[in-house]
Amino acid sequence: MDGTQVAFYLLAGLAVATSVLVVTGRNPVASLLFLVLSFFCLAGLFVTLEAHFLAAIQILVYAGAILVLFLFVIMLLNLGQGEPGLGLPSVPVLALSALSGLAFVALLVFTVREADIAPITPARIEAVDLAGQATVGSTEAIGTALFRDFLLPFEVTSLLLLVAMVGAVVLAKRER
Amino acid sequence: MLRLAPLVPLLPLLGFLLNGLFGRRLSRGSIAAIGAGSVGLAFALTIGLFAALLALPAHDRSVEVDLFTWMSAGDFRLDAGLLLDPLSVTMALVVTGVGFLIHVYSAGYMREDPGLWRFFAYLNLFTFAMLVLVLADSYPLLFVGWEGVGLCSYLLIGFWYTEKINADAGKKAFIVNRVGDFAFLLGMFLIFRELGTLEFTPVFEAAPRALEAGGAAAFWIALLLFVGATGKSAQLPLHIWLPDAMQGPTPVSALIHAATMVTAGVYVVVRSHVLYLLAPDALLIVAVVGAATAIFAASIGLVQTDIKRVLAWSTISQLGYMFLGVGVAAFTAGIFHLVTHAFFKALLFLGAGSVIHAMHHEQDLRRMGGLRSKLPVTSLTMLIGALAIAGIPPLAGFFSKDEILWSAWAGGRQALWAIGFIAAGLTAFYMFRLVYLAFYGTPRDAEAHHHAHESPPVMTLPLVVLAVLSVVGGWIGIPHALGEPLGHVPNLLEHWLEPVFEDAEVLRAGAGEGMAERMAEAGELAMEYGLMAASIMIALLGIGLATLLYLRDPGRRERLTAGLAPLRHVLERKYYVDEIYHAVVVMPYLALSAFLWRVVDVVLIDGFVVRVVGGAVTWYSRIVSRLQTGLVQNYATAVFVGAVVMLGWFLLR
Amino acid sequence: MVPLSHYLALSAVLFTIGVLGVLTRRNAILVFLSIEIMLNAVNLSLVALTRATGNLDGQVTVFFVITVAAAEAAVGLAIVVAMFRRRETVDIGRFDVLRG
Repeated sequence: MDGTQVAFYLLAGLAVATSVLVVTGRNPVASLLFLVLSFFCLAGLFVTLEAHFLAAIQILVYAGAILVLFLFVIMLLNLGQGEPGLGLPSVPVLALSALSGLAFVALLVFTVREADIAPITPARIEAVDLAGQATVGSTEAIGTALFRDFLLPFEVTSLLLLVAMVGAVVLAKRER
Repeated sequence: MLRLAPLVPLLPLLGFLLNGLFGRRLSRGSIAAIGAGSVGLAFALTIGLFAALLALPAHDRSVEVDLFTWMSAGDFRLDAGLLLDPLSVTMALVVTGVGFLIHVYSAGYMREDPGLWRFFAYLNLFTFAMLVLVLADSYPLLFVGWEGVGLCSYLLIGFWYTEKINADAGKKAFIVNRVGDFAFLLGMFLIFRELGTLEFTPVFEAAPRALEAGGAAAFWIALLLFVGATGKSAQLPLHIWLPDAMQGPTPVSALIHAATMVTAGVYVVVRSHVLYLLAPDALLIVAVVGAATAIFAASIGLVQTDIKRVLAWSTISQLGYMFLGVGVAAFTAGIFHLVTHAFFKALLFLGAGSVIHAMHHEQDLRRMGGLRSKLPVTSLTMLIGALAIAGIPPLAGFFSKDEILWSAWAGGRQALWAIGFIAAGLTAFYMFRLVYLAFYGTPRDAEAHHHAHESPPVMTLPLVVLAVLSVVGGWIGIPHALGEPLGHVPNLLEHWLEPVFEDAEVLRAGAGEGMAERMAEAGELAMEYGLMAASIMIALLGIGLATLLYLRDPGRRERLTAGLAPLRHVLERKYYVDEIYHAVVVMPYLALSAFLWRVVDVVLIDGFVVRVVGGAVTWYSRIVSRLQTGLVQNYATAVFVGAVVMLGWFLLR
Repeated sequence: MVPLSHYLALSAVLFTIGVLGVLTRRNAILVFLSIEIMLNAVNLSLVALTRATGNLDGQVTVFFVITVAAAEAAVGLAIVVAMFRRRETVDIGRFDVLRG
C-alpha cells in the first residue's frame, strides 16, 4: 500500500462521510460547512490524479466563492436555525428514493467494475508542457488546451456568466 | 405565336387579380378598362393563335402546349397543358370575342353600381375559368375550369346578394350543378379505370382499341359525362337552375347563362366525340334529351312574362338543339349552332338589358310596349336577333339550326327532326311575341314609357356589332346544298373543324351510319331543299301567328287563350318540375334533417353520448389528476426511478 | 496505484448521495447543496478518466462545469431569494401550484 493508495482511501471515506452529513444535516450552515470539507477532500483526490490546477480551482472558486455565496444567502434569509417541518419526507417517498438510490449505485459499480481497460502509463499521456515534458495536470497544458482548442467555448462561457449575472439581478430584485 | 397561348387565360386572371385586390381603390374608369381590356387583349391573342393555326397544314393543327407537372404520384403523372386545335380555338374565339363585347357593355350597364370592381373581377375570373375549360388538354384540367365557371356563375347570380331571392338563385344553380358534376367526376374515374389516363390525346387514341364499341364501359363513360353536361347546360331534368339564374345582372345572363358557360356541356360532348361514337346508345340518349328539352323549354317560353325569363327558356331550348345536333353525330352542326347562338343570344340578352336599363329595372313584358320609338337602336338590333333565332335566311340561326335538323333527318331520326321542327315554330312565335310586346303596340305603362331613353353608345355599340355577327355569322357554315348553286361557296366551318372530326368519320363509317354518303345522293339533295323550305315556312308561320295575336288583334288572343287556360296554367308553372323536385327531393331531405336534428343529435348525441362520455372522462380525470401533486420532487423521483429502471434494462439485459 | 474503477465507484456513491438529497430534502438550500455534490461527483469521474486515457478534454470539461455551476448557483440562489420573498419560506413542499 503506497502513499497514493492511503491518500485515496482516506479522502474517499472522508468525502462520503461529509457528503452524507451534508444531505442529512438539520442546520443549513452546518451542511454547508460539511460540503466545504467534502470539496477539500475532492481537491485532494484531484491531486492524486495529478490534476493540480483543478484542485486549486476547486478550492479557490468552488469552495471559496460559490459556497460562500450560498452562505451569504443563508445568512441573508436568516435560515441558519433550520425551519421546523423541514425534516425528512414521508416514509414511502423515502423508501422509494433509498431503494432506487441503492439500485443506482449497484448498477454503476457493477458497470465500472470492468472499467480498468488499461493501466495508466506515461506513454499514453499526450499533453506536453512548454519544457517538453509529458504531463496531464499541469496548468500550462490546461491553458494551452483552453486557449487553443476550446477558445470559442471559453469565450462563450463569459457570455453565460454575464447572462447569469443579469438573470440573478432581475430575479432577486425587489418587486415594485 | 402558339407558345403565347398560356397568356390567353392568364390575361383575364391578371385582370381579376388587379380588380379583385385593388379594385376598391381604383376609379370606375380604370376598373372597366382593366376588366374589358384584359379580355380584349386575350381576344386579340386568340385571333393570333387562330391565324397561326391556320398557317399550319390541316393535319398538324393540333398543338399541345405543356405548362407544368400538376400531379405526380407513383406511376400516375398528370401534366397541365393547353390543347390548341380548331375546336378549342373556335371556342376560345367565342369566349373572348363575345366576352369582350359583353365586358364593354357592362361598363355602361353597371356604371352606377357600387360593386363595379367586384363585378368586373368576377367577370374576369369567369373568363379565365372558361378559357381554362376550353383550352385544357386533359379532363382534370377541364374540370378545374368547369368548377371555376360554376363558382363564378354562383357569385354572379347572387351578385346583388342583399336580396334573398338572388342569393337563393345562386345557391340553386350551384347545388343543381353539383349533381351533374358528381356524374362528371364518376365519368372521369371510369375513363381512368378503363384507359389509365385522362389526357385527351392518349384517351382518344386508346379508346377505339380499349373500349368495345357499344359496350357497357363506353356507354357509362359517355352517359356520365353527358349527365355532367346536362347540369352545366341546363338540360332536362337538371334545367331548373337556369331560369332562376336570371336574378343576376343582365350582362351576366348574356355572357354566362347564354353565350358561353352553358355551352360547356356541348363542348364536352363534342370534345369527347370519340367516346360517344363508341357508345351509340348514349348518343341516342343525348339526342333524345336534347330534342325533348328543345320543345319542353320552347313551350314554357311561350307564356313567360319576364323578358329575361323568356330568353332563359329560349336558351335552354337552343341548347337542346345543340345536343340534338351532337346526338345525331353532327358535331360540326352542334358547334356551329353554339357559335351562332352565342352571337344572337348575347345580342338578345344585351338588348333586353338595354330595355331593362331604359325602363328602370322593369322586366315585366306586360308593362312595356311601344318602346320602338324610344329605343331605336335596341329595337332594331333585337329584331335582327329575333329573326336570327327564328331561322329566317340568310341570318345566322337559319343555317345552324337547319343543319342540325337536316342532320337529324339524314341520320334516320325523323321523329327527333319533327320535334325540333315544331320547336323551331314555337321559337319563332315566342321571340316575336317578346319583340311585339316590348317594342310595338301602345305603351302599357305610360309613366315608364315617358322616362325611357336609349342607352349610351358604350352599350349600343356591342349591340350593333353582335347584330352584324348575327347576320353574317351563319355564312361560315353554308351547307353544300346551298353553297354549290351559289357558286361553290365552301362550308368554311366544316372545313376548319374537319381535322378534329376526321377520326370520327372513320368510326362513323365503321358503324354504318355514313352521313356523308347519304347526303351525296341526289334524292337526298331534293329532300334537303324541301326540309329547308319547310323550316322557313314554320318559322314564318310562328312569326305570322305572333303578329296576328300580339300586333294585329289582341282581342282574338284573349278569346283563344281562354279556351286553353289549363294548358296555359301548366306552362306557367313550368310543368310543375320545381314542385316535383320540392316534393321528391327537398321535402324528404328536410324530413331527414329534422329527424337527424331532433332525434339523432339532440336525444342520441347530446343526451346520451355526450353525457356518458363526458361524465366518464370527468370521473376518470378526477382520479388520475391526483398524480399531479405539484411537488417538483415527486416528479424528479419519478424521473429518477425511470432512469434507474432504464439503466438496469440496458445493463442487465 | 489505485485502479480507475475505484475512483468511478466513489464517484457513483457521491452522485447517489446527491440524488437522494435532491429527492428527499425539502429545504431549497439543501437541494442546491445536493446538486453541487452531484456535480462534483461527475467532476471526479471526469478527472479520473482524463488520467486514465491521457486526453485533456476531460479536465477542460471540468473547468467548464465549474463555470456553469457558478452561473447555476447565482441564478438558483436568486430564485430562492425570490421564493422566500413571496412565501416567507424555502420549503419547496409549499410550492405546489401545479397540483392537479
